[in-house]
Amino acid sequence: MAVKIGVLAKQVLDPEMPMAAFRIDGDTKKVVPPPNIPPVVNGFDENAVEAALKIKDGQEATVTVISTGTAFALDVMKKPLSMGADELVLLQDDAFQNTIDSFLTAQLLAAAIRKLGGFDLIICGRQASDWDNAQVPLGVAEILGMACISLGKKVDVQDGKVRVERIIPDGYEVVEAPLPALVTVSNELGQPRYPTLRGIMAATRKKPTIWSAADLGLDASDSAPRITLRDLFVPVSDQECEIIEGEDAADSGRLLALKLREDKII
Amino acid sequence: MADGTGVLIIGDSSGGELASTTAELLAAGQKVASELGEELSVALLGDTLDAAAQQAIAHGAQKVYAVNHPLLAEYQIDLYLAALEALCKEISPQVVLIARTNEGRELGPRLAFRLGVGMAQDCLEVSVDASEKRLLANRPVYGGNAIAVVSCDQTPQIAAIRPKAYEPAEADPSRQGEVVSFPVDLNASQARTTVVDTVMEAAEGVKLEDARIVVSGGRGLGGPEPFAHLEELAKIVGGTVGASRAAVDSGWVPSSYQVGLTGKTITPDLYITVAISGASQHMAGCSGAKVIVAINKDAGANIFKEARYGVVGDWESVLPALTAAIRELTQA
Ligand SMILES: Cc1cc2nc3c(=O)[nH]c(=O)nc-3n(C[C@H](O)[C@H](O)[C@H](O)COP(=O)(O)OP(=O)(O)OC[C@H]3O[C@@H](n4cnc5c(N)ncnc54)[C@H](O)[C@@H]3O)c2cc1C
Repeated sequence: MAVKIGVLAKQVLDPEMPMAAFRIDGDTKKVVPPPNIPPVVNGFDENAVEAALKIKDGQEATVTVISTGTAFALDVMKKPLSMGADELVLLQDDAFQNTIDSFLTAQLLAAAIRKLGGFDLIICGRQASDWDNAQVPLGVAEILGMACISLGKKVDVQDGKVRVERIIPDGYEVVEAPLPALVTVSNELGQPRYPTLRGIMAATRKKPTIWSAADLGLDASDSAPRITLRDLFVPVSDQECEIIEGEDAADSGRLLALKLREDKII
Repeated sequence: MADGTGVLIIGDSSGGELASTTAELLAAGQKVASELGEELSVALLGDTLDAAAQQAIAHGAQKVYAVNHPLLAEYQIDLYLAALEALCKEISPQVVLIARTNEGRELGPRLAFRLGVGMAQDCLEVSVDASEKRLLANRPVYGGNAIAVVSCDQTPQIAAIRPKAYEPAEADPSRQGEVVSFPVDLNASQARTTVVDTVMEAAEGVKLEDARIVVSGGRGLGGPEPFAHLEELAKIVGGTVGASRAAVDSGWVPSSYQVGLTGKTITPDLYITVAISGASQHMAGCSGAKVIVAINKDAGANIFKEARYGVVGDWESVLPALTAAIRELTQA
């Protein structure tokens, strides 16, 4: 039987954008997306898509990508489809704007996963590069009562079990869990595949399923916020850098050594 | 707002000793507990907790909840969660602090979800809002490009604190405290994940997290071979080698070398970066270094905004000269 895989993916501000373009509106406590820099699929979530597609390369599987937000750039969010995912489900509603509150986001995603009939395996990025919360996948696993393995760099499915190489500070451990399970993955999984021309063509033809808050029939008690954002600001560094300049690069290196010695750092 | 009592620290005593990250939490917790006028306690999970319990008290815990069970001898997420959930439901703490280690970064959120509350992940600092007596957590977001101050709306208020964000609390062996045994009912079948193998791949020598001097290389090195030059310099100064994510992603060094937001947090006395641009996600792991030195050929690189000393130049010329001069100076 085909393995039914769900991937959770978030649309985020491009984290590789120039730092100078990063701006906060102090009144609304929001990051202002720069007008000329398109959003991207969160990098770790692309790793999650790749992990799912690797499983699909080796056995019969379907890959459904699920995302929640208020407004989507469709061409961006279709990237997983053009990489080879089968379906895209977008939970889109103005009510879904509070993404700093992982509790609310996990409730939404769990409701959608239930509506989709559940999955054998859910794969997620370890964290989103905007709020860096690293909580939503763990919350989804808790709400749905699934076994959960975090920080994977290799994910295999065999005989009703998932086998994950999980990163630990000085290496990795191999962890197994029976399905259904949820796994988070990190960039150590390797470069996600590029969309193929055929993939792009297929993705253009595919229509995402779009669900609003009403479609998900959420209970009001689930949507009480758990986190309040009190302030949001750009930290200032008062570090003054002393540039060491010798006659040439090698001389600068030598002078740097002298400086460090003088300061008794070495 | 149901209020709860006390500040509970989720301690780590793997290996029989109190972990330094727990002593750091005790430093953070002492301040919070005294501002709230609450008791400071530590939960320890394991099968032999006596030594660590006394160490926790010496470092400032007024009470230790010793959760003794043979199934807690080794960290297993589902069993640890079950034990912590039972403890929190029994004692209803007002605040729970946990270290954002590999274990804490998954235990904290999952515990919060189980208790139906929110949590603040990867915090640099926690304080108390004087008027409302709520916990305020400062956490870097957008890869460190911004700081968010958040509070939790329910109780317990849970925060995971980044390792090394606080200096460990001082030990004073004359301190007195109470050790309360907290029995839990656990069953091996509650564990849903099994570790079948462990593979270590860290470099030999000084651990990156403990090194006094770290020399890190980035994408600008252009390949794995130049890391030998970094090793050479590190060896002379008794330090160790780290890397940016770009160098790790390129496969030049194992991921255990990575410094940064999703790599290691280090606070060496001296941090030398070679051909690293200084992205906020990299700086997230090393901004606690006492002195940062940058070698980069681009004078506009962000690293020069964070460094104490900088050399604008090609590492291929700068590094050998630096290494030779340091060798001469330190061996003279
Ligand atoms: C969610 C998220 C998490 C991340 N986590 C981490 C993390 O934990 N750690 C981390 O490091 N990064 C992390 N990153 C990536 C980070 O954003 C940067 O992409 C990365 O740090 C860049 O690495 P680098 O400085 O080596 O490469 P680059 O940014 O490409 O910089 C290379 C530098 O080398 C210089 N250079 C080139 N040639 C020479 C030469 N011959 N001599 C001297 N200088 C030269 C260049 O001027 C340039 O400044 C993360 C990103 C995201 C989105």
